[in-house]
Amino acid sequence: MNPFTYELSHLETLESESIHIFREVAAELERPVLLFSGGKDSVVLLRLAEKAFRPGGFPFPIMHVDTGHNFPEVIEFRDRRVAELRERLIVVSVQDSIDRGRVIEERGPRASRNRLQTTTLLDALAEHGFDAAFGGARRDEERARAKERVFSFRDDFGQWDPKRQRPELWALYNGRIRRGEHVRVFPISNWTELDVWQYIAQERLEVPSIYYSHSRQVFKRDGMIYALNPYVPLIDGEQPFQASVRYRTVGDMTCTGAVLSQARTLEEVVAEIAATRITERGETRADDRVTEAAMEDRKREGYF
Amino acid sequence: MSVLTNGHAVRTRTRELLRIATAGSVDDGKSTLIGRLLYDSKQILADQLEQVMRTSERRGDGYLNLALLTDGLRAEREQGITIDVAYRYFQTPRRKFILADTPGHEQYTRNMVTGASTADLSIVLIDARKGVSEQTHRHAYIASLLRIPHLVVCVNKMDLVGYDEAVFESIVDELSDWASRLDIGDITFIPISALHGDNVVERSRAMAWYGGAPLLYHLEHVVIAPDRNLADVRFPVQWVIRPNSEEHHDYRGYAGQVAGGVLRPGAEIMVLPSGQRTQIAAIDTYGGELDAAFPTMSVAVRVTDALDISRGDMFVEPDDPPVASRELDAIVCWMSDEPLRAGARYSIKHTTRSARAIVAELEHRVNVNTLAHERADELALNEIGRVHLRASAPLMLDAYARNRATGSFILIDEATNDTVAGGMVLGAR
Repeated sequence: MNPFTYELSHLETLESESIHIFREVAAELERPVLLFSGGKDSVVLLRLAEKAFRPGGFPFPIMHVDTGHNFPEVIEFRDRRVAELRERLIVVSVQDSIDRGRVIEERGPRASRNRLQTTTLLDALAEHGFDAAFGGARRDEERARAKERVFSFRDDFGQWDPKRQRPELWALYNGRIRRGEHVRVFPISNWTELDVWQYIAQERLEVPSIYYSHSRQVFKRDGMIYALNPYVPLIDGEQPFQASVRYRTVGDMTCTGAVLSQARTLEEVVAEIAATRITERGETRADDRVTEAAMEDRKREGYF
Repeated sequence: MSVLTNGHAVRTRTRELLRIATAGSVDDGKSTLIGRLLYDSKQILADQLEQVMRTSERRGDGYLNLALLTDGLRAEREQGITIDVAYRYFQTPRRKFILADTPGHEQYTRNMVTGASTADLSIVLIDARKGVSEQTHRHAYIASLLRIPHLVVCVNKMDLVGYDEAVFESIVDELSDWASRLDIGDITFIPISALHGDNVVERSRAMAWYGGAPLLYHLEHVVIAPDRNLADVRFPVQWVIRPNSEEHHDYRGYAGQVAGGVLRPGAEIMVLPSGQRTQIAAIDTYGGELDAAFPTMSVAVRVTDALDISRGDMFVEPDDPPVASRELDAIVCWMSDEPLRAGARYSIKHTTRSARAIVAELEHRVNVNTLAHERADELALNEIGRVHLRASAPLMLDAYARNRATGSFILIDEATNDTVAGGMVLGAR
């Protein structure tokens, strides 16, 4: 902020817009919840929530949908960060949904719980009566997301209908819903991956250690590098090897790829992102590679 | 450049973040232009390009179809159309851009208004072979209605008219003449070929007669007029921060986003609609107290007196208040299949305040081609008209022309919960 010119920097502009969105939801909806994945985008959401509501507490709990296939570093980070914030954490698990027969586990070496999360998430929203769920999705991530509103209306079944979105004008958000419906709210819709990293650097935010270069046993599949892990059996011919890697996104170990990297500090990561020639989801997310419209299909079903 | 704020002359610096809205008809090459802008400014990454190449090949396009970069949804790719507002992000060393890409077909005017509502600059495309169309008029009119300070008209497909200067000039003349009746601050014409990249990022060799800058250069360097109101203090209270902790037992922070003017500790303010007066004790942020807060900062304001203040109230300067009124005249863009009629009731959301509103009178409909005011019994989807509204509670109103934040509102259908109109205040009654 420059007090002599009354102009905000681009990060300040984005930040104040996001804070406005947080407060608007808190004021207009009955039972919001903040969806936290442990990834960099939800780390930024937590800081923005602090900026919106401190010195008060958050007017909503934090919820994590635990697939059981998360990186242990991320779970450790989650618990520590929420404890520091002294806010309430709800953990719902895909394993529970499987045990209760709500979903059926996929089989085979390419099995993933990515899609099963949707049922766990929708069940939890209904069970707790949440009518708004903050998410860290950004419009620069993916083509379907580029068309989603900040307040994304979901029907009784949690579904997104791209043809029936409410017009969103100025900073006037319409959060009116009927019982059983909810809104997904994306306060950092207008941020890019680089904005997120620049903000993390500016605010000196801690992110899970796997975002920084580290040495790990990995293997190659379909042109991506995966961590050797208990949930993904190797297919014939796949050879694990040691490599210096980091993650650009944090999802399940089953579908999140690593990138070869030597970036060990925030500054090095920012420099690497600024110079990259591949998108984060294209480089590291197997879940988007299924079809050209993989994200669109999952969003329609109620995915994050 | 300097602008006047409450008594203080200040310098302004280059805007870092520029919000752009684009509009164009189905076939005038808007998606190709945006694809070209992203591609030539090296914002398209290798995997996105590979996906476009694969799809181009499968469809038998015979060239790298840059339009595929921006068509997000399956139906759009299949039908070769754009359904909804898509947001694109790109940057150059000089600026960051947020581009709201809106479809041009008539039934989606509501999306265009949505994209344009926050824009600093609007790009309108014209097919050089077809010249100025009804769509062009509609887009220019909406840009002026929403008070986007800068309009860039790209005359596209110049390659298909032999890069003929006369074609370009006749379009410039025709549209300039028509637009002279509108309130547009700055209008710039650029002859381009999005398909071949002429005058998008690189200067065109085929159009040496054109002395202006290519599109991207213009976007990077255009001096954005100070569209924010720094003169009239407007702070709609959005949320009251009241910690439950011992440490902050007596804390009351009135949180919100500054909508106008410059707030300073010690300044006297009036709380509307009650009219009570108090002083700003402090301006809080997570990072500490501030000496000043201005649009569009999100802050929390503490005041010196214990007053009953809640969401929907507004802090203003006592000698420069907005008009608190239940009656207003406004222009509305209608966005619902169910037409607007006099006598209908809606929920109105204006700043952080919601009330009910009845359409007391539909005064006229605007013919966007002739700009004529026509008598009308209803406003159909995508139509624009002037209404007289009566609200159930006073609203703190500024004319939209004076302040985009305190002069705008939406109407919501209470039965369907849909947003049915965007409105711009002309004045209180």
